This record gives sequence, C-alpha cells and structure tokens, in this order.
Amino acid sequence: MAEITKLIHKYLRHDKKFPHVWCPGCGNGILLGSLIRAIDKIGFEKDDVVLVSGIGCSSRLPVYVDFNTLHTTHGRALTFATGIKLAKPRLQVIVIMGDGDAMSIGGNHFIHAARRNLNLTAIIVNNNVYGMTGGQFSPTTPYGAYTTTSPFGHIEHPFAISELAVTAGASFVARGTVYHTNVLDDIIEKAILKRGFAVVEVISNCHTQYGRKNNMGSAVDMLLWMKKAAVTVEKAKNMTPEELSGRITIGVLVDRDLPVFTQEYQKIREEASKKWATATKFA
Amino acid sequence: MSDSKTTQGQVLVLQGNEAMVEGAIAAGCRFFAGYPITPATEISEMMAHRLPAVGGTFIQMEDEIASLGAVIGASLAGVKAMTATSGPGFSLMQENIGFACVAEIPCVIVNVMRGGPSTGLPTRVAQGDVMQARWGTHGDHPIIVLAVSTTKECFDITVRAFNLSEKYRTPVIILSDEVVAHTREKIQLSHPEEIEVFDRIKPSMPPEWYIPYEDTPRGVPPMAAFGDGYRYHVTGLIHDVRGFPTERSDEIQAFLTRIHRKIYNNFSDIMMVKEEFTEDAEVLVIAYGSVARSARRAVREARSRGVRAGLIQLVTIWPFPRQVIEPLLRRVKVVLVPELNLGQISREVKRINQGRTRVEKLNRIDGQLITPNEILSRLVKL
Ligand SMILES: Cc1ncc(C[n+]2csc(CCOP(=O)(O)OP(=O)(O)O)c2C)c(N)n1
Ligand code: SF4
Repeated sequence: MAEITKLIHKYLRHDKKFPHVWCPGCGNGILLGSLIRAIDKIGFEKDDVVLVSGIGCSSRLPVYVDFNTLHTTHGRALTFATGIKLAKPRLQVIVIMGDGDAMSIGGNHFIHAARRNLNLTAIIVNNNVYGMTGGQFSPTTPYGAYTTTSPFGHIEHPFAISELAVTAGASFVARGTVYHTNVLDDIIEKAILKRGFAVVEVISNCHTQYGRKNNMGSAVDMLLWMKKAAVTVEKAKNMTPEELSGRITIGVLVDRDLPVFTQEYQKIREEASKKWATATKFA
Repeated sequence: MSDSKTTQGQVLVLQGNEAMVEGAIAAGCRFFAGYPITPATEISEMMAHRLPAVGGTFIQMEDEIASLGAVIGASLAGVKAMTATSGPGFSLMQENIGFACVAEIPCVIVNVMRGGPSTGLPTRVAQGDVMQARWGTHGDHPIIVLAVSTTKECFDITVRAFNLSEKYRTPVIILSDEVVAHTREKIQLSHPEEIEVFDRIKPSMPPEWYIPYEDTPRGVPPMAAFGDGYRYHVTGLIHDVRGFPTERSDEIQAFLTRIHRKIYNNFSDIMMVKEEFTEDAEVLVIAYGSVARSARRAVREARSRGVRAGLIQLVTIWPFPRQVIEPLLRRVKVVLVPELNLGQISREVKRINQGRTRVEKLNRIDGQLITPNEILSRLVKL
C-alpha cells in the first residue's frame, strides 16, 4: 500500500485542483494506476512522456498526471499525436480514448493511424457506452442493450475494437480488463515498448450509465462480471465459437514487426537532400 | 548544405501556390499536413517535394480535420507548421481552429478560396469565405486573417503569417483564391537576410516557475514545447493560468479577455494595407485578393483620365483595419467595394462607415474574375 501511495505521489499533479471528475468506482481510475505502474517500470523520464486524449470521461485522465499532457477535440486525439510524434520522434506518445471517441467520431483516424504505423500507443477504454454525455449507445454497445438512446433495446451491432485494429494493420494489439490489473499492467508495458502502432483495448465499467440501465449492479458487480467473462487468448484458442460467445478474450492478440513511419520518412529525407544538394536550380 | 539555399535569391517563374511553399520554408515552416483539394493541392505537392530535404516533414492525412490536428500537435512539439485547403476542407477544420485559438497554438492555415457553397465551383475563383474565416468556429475568439493578391505576396505574406502566429500564439489564416493560386509570375525570391523571421518566445525561467497561460504585459505567455522540460496541460476547455479546466467566472472572464486583448492591443502591428493615390482621392476602391489587382489597374487608368481615384488593398482582413479606412471614409465622396461574393467586405465597410459616405458594391458570383475594365467603367460613373 505504501509503495502504491508513493508511486501515485510521484506522478499525480500536486497543483491540480482535485477532486477528479470520475464517479466513485469508475474503471478509469484503475486504468490510470496501471498506466503509471507501466511507465514507472519502464523508467521513462516524465519529460519524455506525452499523454494525449480526446473527449469523454476516460479522456480526462491526462490532466491528473505530471507529464506533457494534451486534451484535444472529440475523436481527434490520434491526429494531434501524429503531429507530435512526427515533430519530435523521441517523445513517448500515449493516447487515451473512449470507445465512442476512438470508434465513432474518431473511427476513421483510428484505422488510418493503424495503417500508417507510427510508433504510438493507443489505449481505448471500452465501457460500451458514452459515459460523459449521459449514457447514449456507442459503437461498442452490444445488440439488445438498453441505453438512453436505445430505450427499446439496441438494434445495431457492435464493433470489435481489437479485431478491427488487427485488420487495419496495427503492429501490436492486446485486450485487458480493469479487473485483471496484473494483465493490464503487463500489456500496457508491452504496448508502450512496442515499436509501431500499438493498441490496448481496456474493458471498463460505467456502472452509473450503462450498468444501471442493464441491471448489471454496482461497480464491484461489474468487475466480477469481467472476472467471469474473461478468458485468456491461449485458452480461447481451444474453445468453440459457441463457448466463446459473450466471453472477453484477454491478452496479446497480435504482435508483429512492420516498417515504422518515422524510420521510412528518414530515408525519404536522406534521398531528398541528396537530390537537392546536386540541383543547381529550383525545378 | 541547407536546401533553402537552392531557391534563396533566385528569380523564378512560380504560381502563387508554389510561392507560398517557398515563403513558408523561408519563415521556418518544417511541418505540413494536408488533404488534396482543388485549387490548393499544389501546396501539398510542393511541400511533399521540398520539406524532406530541409529536414522537415510532410504528411498526407485522411482528411482536413486530421490535417489541422497534426499541425497543432507538431506546433506543440515546437515545430512551425502549416496546412492548406479550400472551402469544403476549411469548413471541416473549424472545430480545430477554435482549439488552436483557445489553447494558443501558433499555426498557419491557407484557404485557397473557390466557388461555393458546398462543392460549389471547384476550379473557379471566388471570395466567399471571408466571413467563414472570421466566424466559422464557435464561441468568441479573435482571429488574424490575411489576404494575398500576387505571387510575390504569396511569398511575403506567408512569411508574415508565420511571424504573426508565432508572435501572438494564434492560428493565422491566409485567404488566397483560385486566380492568385494558379497565376504564374516571375518573382525574385528574397535572401534570408532580407527576411525578418519571428520565433515564439520560449520560457527562460526554471520549470517550477513556469505558468503556461500567465497573463504577461504583452498578453502572450511564453510557450514551451513538449519535451523541453516544462510539463503542462493543454486543453480546449477554458482553463486557468496553469492550463487546468476551470468554471470559475473570474478565471473564465480573465482568460477570454486576455486572448482578445493580445490581438486588439496590437492592431498597429497586425494591420497591413497597401494604399495607392489615397492622399487626394475622391473615389476610393477597397479590394483584396485577385480583385485588388484588377482594382489597381482600374484606379491607375481612372487617374490618367482625370478621375481622382484611390485604392486601399486589404492585406489584413481580420481584425478589420478600420483605423486606416475610417479617416478616409470622412474624406472621400464615394467608396466602391468590388468582390467575388455578394458583399461580405462591403458589409463590413458599411458597418464602420455608419452612413457617412456612399458605399457602392460591385459583385460577381459566376466564377469569373472582375476585370479592370468592369471596375473602371463603374469608377468613371460614380
Ligand atoms: C464534436 C463533438 N461532438 C459531441 C461531443 C459530446 N461528447 C462529449 S464526450 C462524448 C462521448 C464520450 O464517450 P466515450 O468516448 O465512450 O468516453 P466515455 O465518456 O465513455 O469515457 C460526446 C459524444 C463533443 N464534445 N464534441
Ligand atoms: S459516467 Fe461512467 S465512465 Fe464516466 S466517470 Fe462515471 S462511471 Fe466512469
């Protein structure tokens, strides 16, 4: 306990006016803990880390921690992060988004960021709902679920965030939950250390909005639901689709080495300067 | 060898779009993100060609929203950055323009105007985005908008746009138009020693003393780049002097007042107009962009026929240069405002005129340029 408190004091902003905006029991706090542990374990200097987020409850995370932090426009966090990374590749840029932020308004940026393969870490908090605006359905709300904008049951089908990231070309894709914090610490660390676009989908609870409408109980009840539903990637390999239905696979889904944008661009710079050095006239 | 050396001081035949790229590079721009759209595309193409050799970065993003997002990110990391687009793309950028205003991020946004609304007239000239440049985004914020009318100005004004944006920590919009963008002209590019380049003021105090949104006498706090040892929070929410979101009325009021004040206290620095024969003018033409060129020719022609005509070419459009125009409105008999829209600047002229003088409009919205003759024939009849 003392260790954890020490770690929190090392990274939380002392001059930020608390309390934070989150509901008691929200999974966002657990994710913040995991993220801090991963960064601390890797041993980055605070000055080398940039946290970027979009708009939503989960996107309020950067404000509380003592890094270079940027809270952007809704859905656009990855585009701002792209500019930072290209301008200063030595910075460790970590992007926090909600499922609505990353998949709905930011869906296009997400697939293109994966395809482009900059060395960025994208953490997506999937609580199946728009938390901040009061519990409307999101692109990950399950079929049949109740939300304030699907009062008769949701008739659309959800995106599988991680699977989409794999298809779009991300170098690293992993899924965790806020119940399994050891797994979460580990996959966040791996994602940050990965060279290339790395995605971590974090299954989280929004008990105030989503849980309440769908009779899922308290924050603790929702954590226990995650405990029950989760199955590791390794175990899932030997399970039938029927057995897997309704379950959450956790662990590393994909880890592959692909050319990274900044390295490729460096080659272009070298080629271009050679060409311009020999050119006598602008052509 | 620095690549810029290959163009500095050269006499070249360039189109306006290309001259903007040269101006941007001369001003120190090292990042460009964009999405192709006529008639701005050549700016992207030239940037892709020119930036890597000077150690800069070009990236084609998935849309215009992403482009401005990347530009803001690059600027926050300490690199001068720019994007270029046309009407529809400019509309998409509005939310992020507001972000750059509130978070005080220097950047340059070029809008090569084409006919609208909507996809409108992609390959035809227009000046329909004057009001969008001022009021396109939501909420109250100041903005600096400049207009170019020649290839040489595309170079010079782009340098100026970067300087103003760095000086006042604000996005600066350059309005070009299809004719200016695509007209090829012979121009002499400046040598570096002829160009004044202004870089944002960085904090010099120890990091623990740095207050990122402090109200300084200039109203423009020094700006630390991410990674330079000053860790702070940047947000589009209204924030206190430390950058943290606030809902305290005294802090909201103080912040919004300061971002307005930093522009309005520096009118004389930001304001730029080009005057010709205004000292004794009886008939005054107020024009900008490609139309200003036709107007200049018409005014000279009118003079040779004995009409006491004068011209004010607006380079700064917003904030509107009323200090220059107002005294003239008292002196002249009539004002003519030719423009390629239904009267966006003439409306502004009428607003500051307050009924003192007769203000006439000359408008075209058919995708064609207003010719010197059209202006001249109106001038001699006024
Ligand atoms: C352009 C724009 N549209 C809509 C909103 C309103 N809005 C704020 S947060 C949010 C949804 C956030 O949901 P999610 O990303 O899932 O994050 P959560 O709050 O659940 O963590 C929306 C729609 C906005 N701020 N900007
Ligand atoms: S509304 Fe939901 S997501 Fe937002 S803080 Fe509360 S529990 Fe968390």
